[in-house]
Amino acid sequence: MSVLLEVRGLDFAYPPERSRSAPRFALSAVTFTLARGEILGVIGPNSAGKTTLIRLLTRVLEPAGGDIRLEGTSLRRLGRWELARQVAVVPQDVPPGLPFTVEQVVLMGRYPHAPRRFFETAADLAVAREAMEATGVDELAQASVQSLSGGERQRVTLARALAQEPRLLVLDEPTAHLDLRYQAECATLLRSINRERGVSVLLVSHDLNLAAQVSDRLLLLNEGRVARLGPPAAVLEEALLTAVYGCPVVVDRHAVTGRPMVQVAWSPLSAEGR
Amino acid sequence: MSHAGRLALVLAALAAALLATAAIAVLAGSARIAPGSVAQALAGRADPASTEAVVILSLRLPRIAAAALAGGALAVAGVGFQALTRNPLAEPSVLGVSSGAAFGVVVGQLVTTGGGIVADAVRLTVFGLGGALLAGVAVYLIAAIGGGLPVHTLLLAGVIVGIFFASATTVLTSLLDINRLGGIVHWLLGNISPIAPAPLGVFALLAGLGFALIVGRARQLNLLALGEEAAVQLGVAAERLKLRIFVGAALLTASVVAFAGPIGFVGLVVPHALRLVLGPDNRVLAPAALVAGGAFLLAADTLARTVVAPAELSVGVITSFCGAPVFVYLLRARPRGGL
Repeated sequence: MSVLLEVRGLDFAYPPERSRSAPRFALSAVTFTLARGEILGVIGPNSAGKTTLIRLLTRVLEPAGGDIRLEGTSLRRLGRWELARQVAVVPQDVPPGLPFTVEQVVLMGRYPHAPRRFFETAADLAVAREAMEATGVDELAQASVQSLSGGERQRVTLARALAQEPRLLVLDEPTAHLDLRYQAECATLLRSINRERGVSVLLVSHDLNLAAQVSDRLLLLNEGRVARLGPPAAVLEEALLTAVYGCPVVVDRHAVTGRPMVQVAWSPLSAEGR
Repeated sequence: MSHAGRLALVLAALAAALLATAAIAVLAGSARIAPGSVAQALAGRADPASTEAVVILSLRLPRIAAAALAGGALAVAGVGFQALTRNPLAEPSVLGVSSGAAFGVVVGQLVTTGGGIVADAVRLTVFGLGGALLAGVAVYLIAAIGGGLPVHTLLLAGVIVGIFFASATTVLTSLLDINRLGGIVHWLLGNISPIAPAPLGVFALLAGLGFALIVGRARQLNLLALGEEAAVQLGVAAERLKLRIFVGAALLTASVVAFAGPIGFVGLVVPHALRLVLGPDNRVLAPAALVAGGAFLLAADTLARTVVAPAELSVGVITSFCGAPVFVYLLRARPRGGL
């Protein structure tokens, strides 16, 4: 498989004045590749640098050192429109009170393809419709995004990202606001999109078990460094996770898929406390 | 229907409303002139020295043009500020930007003189723009917390900056000689007066520039509603976009303040009413606001010069009477802190 994304020696630190309002996140010497068609799960504790990595991949932030290459071209040499045509981000949610309809939001994904155009064309609308069908929100096209449930909004943002027709889909905590049913739907949808469209996926998630089920490989970040990179079974090891998360865990096999499944090893003390 | 077709239809309907308002405005006034004489004066068939011709061609028509232009400019400035702050309550007077512009204009009147009527108009607008930008930056610096602009902080910052610049303006006006004071006080209340063709052209040009800065990026403004980071990830140069919209909206505000004084709430009432009917798309809202804002302020101004005729109300008083209830409504009805 050929390499789509190559991250080499990536360094970044937020300037001191900004870290006053937020904890100090940073990345140092982060190196990994993502193959075409692969689903790579990025996991790690809070402030491990997961969100910073997304911001660097989309040039919201510029790296202090190292390089990110997309199909061999450094991101620095890609225009912002060109980058948005290749990398699409699915955010956790839309801002509260967003007044647009589902169709209007999904059509926004067409912007990087013709940024100087004032209105979208019929061809743009066809792409947006197809994306809405793929995530099952086509019947909600004229509904206000505000009126939807969390799971529906998630599928709208996913449709918007698909309307960008990207090579790489970056998901930022896709199941953060979702209950079990929507989590399962989201995982299934993600895998079918990956398989049917050949879109590579970078899945950033807090949810180790979702990442283990969906991903081909996992990248475990800890304090801005790569703690381990490999297949889920190689990354989700009890000793490693216990050290990284600072809390004892147990790793089992999932009864159906056989993939690793992580649980917190509740201490006897908290069991007594019940 | 295509987007462009819908926009054309909306603009045609609003233009018809504007023309109808203008027709009423040209007929109404303290000097009672029969519709027949009005038509004759408009067609150029009246004696140029007659009272009818002077009232219609030199007083009412230039005033109609000034009101329509000022209203359109303020409404578009409102659309711009609202998209910029992602807050439907943002508006030149609420944000204190009008007060800043008024301060700038008064400074311009104090420190410079002469140079003809057109140069005067340009200079006052430039000073007004300086004041508007100063006030806008001050509001931003006060209200920006951790990369966001909380709604209530933004409003409070706008009020405070507005009060500050209004006080500064009062200090300056007390330095003026008593003969000019009446004119300044009248202007500070917000009053449309007939503008001669040359300065009216300058007004239209400056307002047109501000409008172009905003409407030319209307699509990007829609994306900005997704949040700044999401907009950047879709390929929008968010920082440049915000600067451009800010300058455009400040220029619109400053030109209106220079030519008619600080008239409040037009930028609040008109975009809100349009959003209810047309939805949130800035590509439709901004052009529609230009025409609808013109019709709204023209109607308000016609009311201002007829209800207590032969005396006149300040049009700013009428727009505030309309705007204050809309402001309260929007403040109470705002869904979870968003647009």
